[in-house]
Amino acid sequence: MASFSVLSRRTLSLASEPLWVRRLLIGVAVGFLGLLLVLPLGVVFAEALAHGVGAYLRSFANADMQAALRLTALVTGIAVPANVVFGVTAAWLVTRHEFVGKSLLTTLIDLPFSVSPVIAGFVYVLLYGKNGLLGPWLLAHDLPVIFAVPGIVLVTLFVTFPFVARELIPLMQSQGHEEEQAAMVLGAGGWRTFWRVTVPNIKWGVLYGAMLCTARALGEFGAVSVVSGHIRGETNTVPLHVEVLYNEYDFVGAFAAASLLALLALVTLLGKSFAEWRVRRATLALETPKR
Amino acid sequence: MAIRVEHLSKRFGDFAALDDVSFAVPSGDLVALLGPSGGGKSTILRVIAGLEAADSGAVYLDGERVDHLHARQRKVGFVFQHYALFRHMSVGENIAFGLDVQGMAKREQKARVEELLHLVGLAGFGGRFPAQLSGGQRQRVALARALAPSPKLLLLDEPFAAVDAKVRAELRRWLRRLHDELHVTSVFVTHDQEEAFSVADHVVLVNEGRVEQVGRPSDIFEEPESEFVARFVGEVNIVEALVHGGKARAGKLTAAVEGVADGARVRLIIRSYDMKFWRDDEGGIGVVRRIIPLGDRVRVEAEVPGVGDLFAHFPRRSSLLRGVEPGRSIAIEVTRARSYPLAGPQTAAPDDRMAALEPVLHATNP
Repeated sequence: MASFSVLSRRTLSLASEPLWVRRLLIGVAVGFLGLLLVLPLGVVFAEALAHGVGAYLRSFANADMQAALRLTALVTGIAVPANVVFGVTAAWLVTRHEFVGKSLLTTLIDLPFSVSPVIAGFVYVLLYGKNGLLGPWLLAHDLPVIFAVPGIVLVTLFVTFPFVARELIPLMQSQGHEEEQAAMVLGAGGWRTFWRVTVPNIKWGVLYGAMLCTARALGEFGAVSVVSGHIRGETNTVPLHVEVLYNEYDFVGAFAAASLLALLALVTLLGKSFAEWRVRRATLALETPKR
Repeated sequence: MAIRVEHLSKRFGDFAALDDVSFAVPSGDLVALLGPSGGGKSTILRVIAGLEAADSGAVYLDGERVDHLHARQRKVGFVFQHYALFRHMSVGENIAFGLDVQGMAKREQKARVEELLHLVGLAGFGGRFPAQLSGGQRQRVALARALAPSPKLLLLDEPFAAVDAKVRAELRRWLRRLHDELHVTSVFVTHDQEEAFSVADHVVLVNEGRVEQVGRPSDIFEEPESEFVARFVGEVNIVEALVHGGKARAGKLTAAVEGVADGARVRLIIRSYDMKFWRDDEGGIGVVRRIIPLGDRVRVEAEVPGVGDLFAHFPRRSSLLRGVEPGRSIAIEVTRARSYPLAGPQTAAPDDRMAALEPVLHATNP
């Protein structure tokens, strides 16, 4: 046993780079991460707390800030469930059925990733704005979209649209169709099969996609900025409010709001890692060697 | 439950997966669908189960046409090649799934699950998850799950393909015993002839979407109706020969054939045990190349001028082997050969794997 481990260690060191090269590479990576990620994150919290905890907490009591928080919560609350429903449906269609236009659908799902959010915002303005295609009709019926909450929800839906579907399609492809067929042959209807066989197999994938979607919905700036109109207390989401406060030299307020977003992002990241770990475990269970 | 399949055809684009497939399975039988991979066996099984629809043709279960019935209404048990166990459910929950669908009371479900766990030899495993089981155990759980709702028909798709050789032999014997106990009409798909012949009452040989022959294992072995069947079943030598006076000749090799006109060219199919080799330093017609011990048998490979390479199997201590050594000259007697006319399209080799195992020879006629 001992000789074996010595041997394997020697093989390992023979097969890898010299110590100083490894140290150097690790150093570069850590330095890079520190400069780009850790330091800025530290600055956010340091600036937010620069005038003490009292000032930090007071900035959240501001009515505009609270309106921004409520709006962001509302938008995220609509975007994420909608995304889950759309993502599961799309993944189910793509992985379980053959139909004309399937490759078009998979391409369309990826579209928001390749289109700049600002462009997406402008497209919505052109479509739903006062001089847009559908705008005049909507305004005539007292249904404002642009510079109003519906527009913000719409663009957020657009930019977050691929997350759940993109996560589920490969997962469902690798899991295959057989468990569902097995349930069917045993007499189970579509609904029972979906809830008892499909959902338990994909739930961690759904959660993972939903986490990514949440992070994006909370933080989206570009597209929302174009359609929101920046009306304080009405159409400012938290990221937009951060900008407003910053431009007004209210650094504590700006960084306090930013710190909240950063904190939420960190929490989401943790949840995402957990979901990811569960997805990997589910895939491993599937791939255990057949004996 | 008796099965009757009539004129099933199915195409995938240009590829004919099934081409006018018809056969019948009597109630209570254990039937093997045997054939090379990609020949359409699994498709037939899936059409019977309702997992796939044929382009044309009909499936009758107990005389009733079922083509219009959805898979969930056909009440057949299906065992998937890769088990398809519900991975997030325990073994017990897997087996109970079909019972729950039927609306059986929880208490009865529990009793039935216990009964099935006993039947498949997995008592006490009810709380485990599929990932914690070996391949053979998973296969038995899959079988228990399929049997739980007491189907009248059990379909098994390559049930033993994914387990290792030893477990496979065990599962085969066990499936046969189980069938003798339960008498559920069962159809299983396999590409392994030994599996088909050792387990099944009847064998349906399928190749390239067509049924080649249906019969008892012994019928198929003794009376192959086509060249494909003769080549597929058992290990064979294939020799092209010319017929004259009731004898087929290839080089100095001769074999008796019946009912073939003089001058006809035929393909001879000679089983590995239908030849005698013995040492003959003067009148020999071939030279021994290799002698390979195979446990209780010995495989002798010889080169025969004008024919090519031939091989034969002998019992380990056969007196025929006396003096038979590599490099020695031997006489060859063909005790039995089947002949198939060479005219018309050639039947393709059974499949790549089989082709690699068999010396497929195309010796020229002298």
